[in-house]
Amino acid sequence: MEFFAQQFINGLTLGSIYGLIALGYTMVFGIIGMVNFAHGDVFMLSSFIALIFFLILTSWLGLTSVALVFLIVLVVAMLLTALWGWAIERVAYRALRGSFRLAPLISAIGVSIFLSNFVQVVQGARNKPLPPLVRDVIVLYQNEQYTVTLSYKQANIMATTAALLAGFWYLVQRTPFGRAQRACEQDRRMAALLGINVDRTISLTFVLGAALAAVAGLLYLLYYGVVSFSDGFVPGVKAFTAAVLGGIGSLPGAVLGGLIIGLIETFWSAYFSIEYKDVAAFLILIVVLIFKPSGILGRPEVEKV
Amino acid sequence: MSLALPPDAPAAAGLADPVLIVDHLTMRFGGLTAVGDVSFQVGRGNITALIGPNGAGKTTVFNCITGFYKPTEGMIRLRRADGETHLLERLPGHDVNRVARVARTFQNIRLFPQMTVLENLLVAMHKPLMRASGFSLAGILGLPHYRREEEAAIARAAAWIARIGLTHRADEPAGDLPYGDQRRLEIARAMCTDPVLLCLDEPAAGLNPRESADLNTLLRLIRDEFGTSVLLIEHDMSVVMQISDRIVVLDYGRKIADGTPDQIRADTRVIAAYLGVDDEEVAAVEAEVGLTGTEASGVSA
Repeated sequence: MEFFAQQFINGLTLGSIYGLIALGYTMVFGIIGMVNFAHGDVFMLSSFIALIFFLILTSWLGLTSVALVFLIVLVVAMLLTALWGWAIERVAYRALRGSFRLAPLISAIGVSIFLSNFVQVVQGARNKPLPPLVRDVIVLYQNEQYTVTLSYKQANIMATTAALLAGFWYLVQRTPFGRAQRACEQDRRMAALLGINVDRTISLTFVLGAALAAVAGLLYLLYYGVVSFSDGFVPGVKAFTAAVLGGIGSLPGAVLGGLIIGLIETFWSAYFSIEYKDVAAFLILIVVLIFKPSGILGRPEVEKV
Repeated sequence: MSLALPPDAPAAAGLADPVLIVDHLTMRFGGLTAVGDVSFQVGRGNITALIGPNGAGKTTVFNCITGFYKPTEGMIRLRRADGETHLLERLPGHDVNRVARVARTFQNIRLFPQMTVLENLLVAMHKPLMRASGFSLAGILGLPHYRREEEAAIARAAAWIARIGLTHRADEPAGDLPYGDQRRLEIARAMCTDPVLLCLDEPAAGLNPRESADLNTLLRLIRDEFGTSVLLIEHDMSVVMQISDRIVVLDYGRKIADGTPDQIRADTRVIAAYLGVDDEEVAAVEAEVGLTGTEASGVSA
């Protein structure tokens, strides 16, 4: 039971990171119906940005307050990654809007390859470690053999995911910008005729998606303490899977899907074999898609008569 | 005044206070001339109908006015009451509404079907709300200034929902409404952008007689209470003749007549165009509809 509880906490943490990345996929898909395959690499890039600024602040400038360093790195990483997101949309996707459906998809794969190779060339191919900053844990339960703990890092990750999900849900459902997003999603031409700047709305969506990836990248770096240029691919694919599993286009669905994937993976590696954890995660995806093709929280496509 | 202008010299009617001035508009698609050298004006505070047989180029004219097509030749000017003029064909898509304040509806309904009735109207008030919300920042934080602005917008939307009689369905998805209600909601949404000129593409298409009468009432309300100028394409002559102040008739992409409903009703070229007869047969048609030779020559020149 104690073991189960600990694995549950670990699974939720991993799932929260997947969920955060999945939010970016689902938002972009929601507005322009395009899978942004470069999103995983934007996430990896933001981890590197976070790592660089962590090292600058702690080693060079000698800041010791962990909370302050975290906040500065968070803001800087979000801003810089958002800038990358904006530039990528501008250069690789905007010109292809209105072209056939596969064109931006291929372009996204190109951006993905570019980003991982760019980071490999600039930062080197080896894993980059970050000295652990926070080691504190909260002991939830203790007996002679086993201790169930929730580390500060894990609590931080879960709380951040919950807060961002709530914030973005509110943004999309209740603010004028969110209404503009949903209008662009349903009928872009009509939205323009109502005075909505469609290009700007789409750009901002990419910027927000990249900022979300930056938060995920920072948390990932803090949690694992190490990042490499190839770390964008597997979490990216898992997060995409999570978005599809939860129902792509749905924000709560993305986080729910992320949690499910994270839990399955963790439990599978804890109770069965760690080698087959990815097989288990994707197997569940296949099963869900067979029985509910629109995902768990996705709206079914209604055939117009 | 000559009403049925010869197609080679379609000089604009020269209204005293036009809100829209279309000058020598030509739109070609490859070798096909969809609209050829059409000039007309829409008077401020008027309802102007654009009519003509199928394929006459009416929707093409609309698409040029609202920035969907860039005209091959010609100029489309929008004049505000204060004399400020916008060249519509030079504005990017969203600025036709945002800056020049021209709104339009389509032949096929283009509501946002998954949004509620209320949200559909709020989207149309995007510009003021977006500014008030500080590009969503104040909106997320729920600052009082934005709250007030939002309440005002909701009140305005609610007033429009009441005018089209949908108060009891305000929170339902727009896609679930009956056809006639969707039509009126589309017009209300266009009105929520606070337009100077409202362009309606076949608003009465598919409506039953009662819904059609409701539509007439709504359009008169828009003209008389809001002073919005209306340009509409319509095939339903009962709507056109009852509510239009002026009518412009197109045929094969050219303007063949321009005048008041009474003048148009008596215009032989228009009758010929609608009945699909050759110009030589016009005299026969005139006799058929009971126009004597002298009356007919007075208008058709």
